[in-house]
Amino acid sequence: MRVTFTVNGRRETADDVWEGESLLYVLRERVGLPGSKNACEQGECGSCTVYLDGTPVCACLVAAGQVEGREVRTVEGLADGDRLDPVQEAFVECGAVQCGFCTPGLVVQAHDLIERVAEPSDAEIREALAGNLCRCTGYEKILDAVRLAAARKAAS
Amino acid sequence: MTRTGSGSATPVRAPRDIAAPGTGGVGDSPLRPDGTLKVKGEFAYSSDLWIDGMLWGATLRSPHPRAKIVSIDVSAALAHPGVSAVLTHEDVPGRKHFGLDHTWDQPVLAAGEVRHQGEPIALVAADHPETARRAMEKIRIEYEVLEPLTDARRAAFDPAYPQVQPRGNLARHQPVRVGDVEAAKARAEVVVSGEYRVGIQDQAFLGPESGLAVPAEDGGVDLYVATQWMHNDLKQIAPCLGLPEEKIRMTLSGVGGAFGGREDLSMQIHAAMLALHTGRPVKIVYNRYESFFGHVHRHPAEMRYEYGATKDGRILYADVEILLDGGAYTSATMNVVGNAASLGVGPYVIPNIKIDAYGVYTNNPPCGAMRGFGAVQACFAYESMMDKLAEACGLDPVTVRQVNAASQGSELATGQVIWAPLPMAEMLRQARELPMPPPLDASDIRNLPGGASQTTHGEGVRRGVGYGVGLKNICFSEGYDDYSTARVRLEVIGGEAVALVHTAAAEVGQGLVTLEAQIARTELGVERVVIHPADNQVGDAGSSSASRQSYMTGGAVMTACQAVREGVFALAAARLDRPLDTLGDLSLVGGKVVSESAGVLAAIEDVLGDAVIEETREYHHEPTTGMDPVTGRGDSHTQLALCVHRAVVDVDVELGLVKVVELAAVQDVGKILNRLSLEGQIHGGTAQGLGLAVMEEIVVSDGKVRNPSFTDYLIPTILDMPPMRLEILENADPRAPYGLRGAGEPPTLSSTPAIVAAIRDATGLALTRVPVRPEHITGSS
Repeated sequence: MRVTFTVNGRRETADDVWEGESLLYVLRERVGLPGSKNACEQGECGSCTVYLDGTPVCACLVAAGQVEGREVRTVEGLADGDRLDPVQEAFVECGAVQCGFCTPGLVVQAHDLIERVAEPSDAEIREALAGNLCRCTGYEKILDAVRLAAARKAAS
Repeated sequence: MTRTGSGSATPVRAPRDIAAPGTGGVGDSPLRPDGTLKVKGEFAYSSDLWIDGMLWGATLRSPHPRAKIVSIDVSAALAHPGVSAVLTHEDVPGRKHFGLDHTWDQPVLAAGEVRHQGEPIALVAADHPETARRAMEKIRIEYEVLEPLTDARRAAFDPAYPQVQPRGNLARHQPVRVGDVEAAKARAEVVVSGEYRVGIQDQAFLGPESGLAVPAEDGGVDLYVATQWMHNDLKQIAPCLGLPEEKIRMTLSGVGGAFGGREDLSMQIHAAMLALHTGRPVKIVYNRYESFFGHVHRHPAEMRYEYGATKDGRILYADVEILLDGGAYTSATMNVVGNAASLGVGPYVIPNIKIDAYGVYTNNPPCGAMRGFGAVQACFAYESMMDKLAEACGLDPVTVRQVNAASQGSELATGQVIWAPLPMAEMLRQARELPMPPPLDASDIRNLPGGASQTTHGEGVRRGVGYGVGLKNICFSEGYDDYSTARVRLEVIGGEAVALVHTAAAEVGQGLVTLEAQIARTELGVERVVIHPADNQVGDAGSSSASRQSYMTGGAVMTACQAVREGVFALAAARLDRPLDTLGDLSLVGGKVVSESAGVLAAIEDVLGDAVIEETREYHHEPTTGMDPVTGRGDSHTQLALCVHRAVVDVDVELGLVKVVELAAVQDVGKILNRLSLEGQIHGGTAQGLGLAVMEEIVVSDGKVRNPSFTDYLIPTILDMPPMRLEILENADPRAPYGLRGAGEPPTLSSTPAIVAAIRDATGLALTRVPVRPEHITGSS
């Protein structure tokens, strides 16, 4: 089948898509956007989190056909050219990135949180990121990064 | 078809040079060179590689833990549209077996028999992963299913138990004998004993096994893989492919975590076989289910401990048996047994010791390296014993540890003298005196064990505090010639001196690339450093395991930089037209050649001009010896590192739920090279210890894994990890580069027993097994 959708503001068409393919597979293997990660492919780890019409979803749980005509924003679409989004910047600065495989999903999820909640409490951060597994950091630096990004966003 | 040039085509998103940002040297915390790429989603992991015309490989695995293979019929699979190849053991071009540690007992593809569930049997290459999967279903295998051999105790001690594999059932028995345990038993005033069990833990790195093999015109293959040790991979891959090593070019692609799970080969030989057979690039990416079968796990352990002591808590003897189940193949079992034996009683001075550590073969899931390997299992047991002893002697848990604590100058169980500072008693004091977290605020349900799912008002919640101490050997032990290699090149690019650092060391997330740049800046006095992708075009760096890369590759980069620096000094003397020995003590600082007596002599750029200075150095640590096969005696470790944890938990004793409230760690790292990375290692190591304490276990029955998914194998989330408090000490190890100690593993040892001790403190239960499950707390199991 053919799937046409908008990703990071650009219209993309994928041809010969097998009906069983996920949005994640189409992004990674068909439109050249492997930033969203394939850590569990069953919605448990959050590494493939993307915005679908403005709502964060696990791209692995969305069938390719479901995105027809819709708008997707991935981790690759957060920075403004070389200028990182404040969440991305804070993740690098605070040491929230180690192997980095969970990072794209966490960055999108944290981006959504501070869009919705101006200065989230630690409990709110933990709740918002509870669906994103990280095996390297023990999450302390991730909390630091989200706090910093939220503070910077609030100050700007 | 893509076959161009002798080195073949380069895939999209192949690893490339990365400029290290910032100016930080050793002791600073500059940003990660790969950090920006990672937050933008542009860092190329091994699963992200893509090349025109590539095929997808898939692996057919045994559903049975033990079976004879009567026949394999691949004809229907081969006829499936879109399939390019179906391969079995008959198609392995060279040696049919591989393995770590010269054991070479693991078949590339099973022939005649399978010895564990998930053992690879056949490979498929097809135009789409789904095509490959469907074709695999058409491979017809006739099995004669046998009863799996899953009893580790019988495997170790019952000569009548059938053999799992031709090597027999005992991989290694390592005894340790000190003094006279039997005589000491007569003198003991207090005797405590316990039987402890550790379940199978999975590394659960987030980036599944994956990689790309590209056939080359010279008949060789280019491999882009995620591994912990490229050169050791190569030693196994080349003979199995029947190729000389120089025809296999390996490049490290982005690694999504490792923790020991990438020491053994996974898809490397398989992808290469398919690529060589089809003449096309082949990519293999495991999904999470397959990943649980695609790598070895942490050995489960069964441990029997008996300690005798005086009334005031001084341990007189330790009588210890440690049984480790390695599954069907050897993997890292030899080293795991060595660590468990040599560190079987941990950092305690005990005059009479009898330890017997065994590693056995069974048809249970294969086990090998995982963070803290061998030492983690023993640590849970010996720390549990310390708490038991404290109770028996009426001492508090910190005091009993301080009374028996090792320190600089004391002997390990192996007789090896601890030559470097080991301020354990002081570290315990610090851990105890750290401020306590506030008491439970039950008005917010999220604070209760179980969080938002809690159904009570916290009536059954009890708080507990516990301590754990872990001692880990750093770098390779037992006489292994452990070294790393670094090539450093200094030249002027765009008017500025630039250092290029090239090693084969695997950046697996730990931050080695940051550290390499810091060392180059400190040693060469330059700001700009570029990290070359790790590949096998430079010498062996050893494995990114055993907390060894800061020490070993750090040491190699340091010595290579020092050699380059000598070259700069010689060139400076030539440019100044003065004999080198008249220039006084020279250093490279702030981009200048500086003489201690005469001040700034010249800018490095002016000294270099068009010259390129490149040096390659190997760095070896102090040699170690083996362990005596009868007594265990020997100077088997080159460095030891200690971490102390204090855990505070709230336990709902009615629901069996645990919330870890806070974890505090006191760790001696010798020298802080990069505080940000270091803290990340301690946090992350602690989290994996928490996982082992209360949630992580590969559940096995009849040799089969019952929970191979992140739905059923739980790793800590951000809701499970509590805030952490760190105290980091810097008592230098004079033998090590900059005085550093490896830091990644020790916190994984000590956090598990600290948490379990805290749960015991809250509940009064014995809790002899990890992970602790709700039914162990409620008594409903």
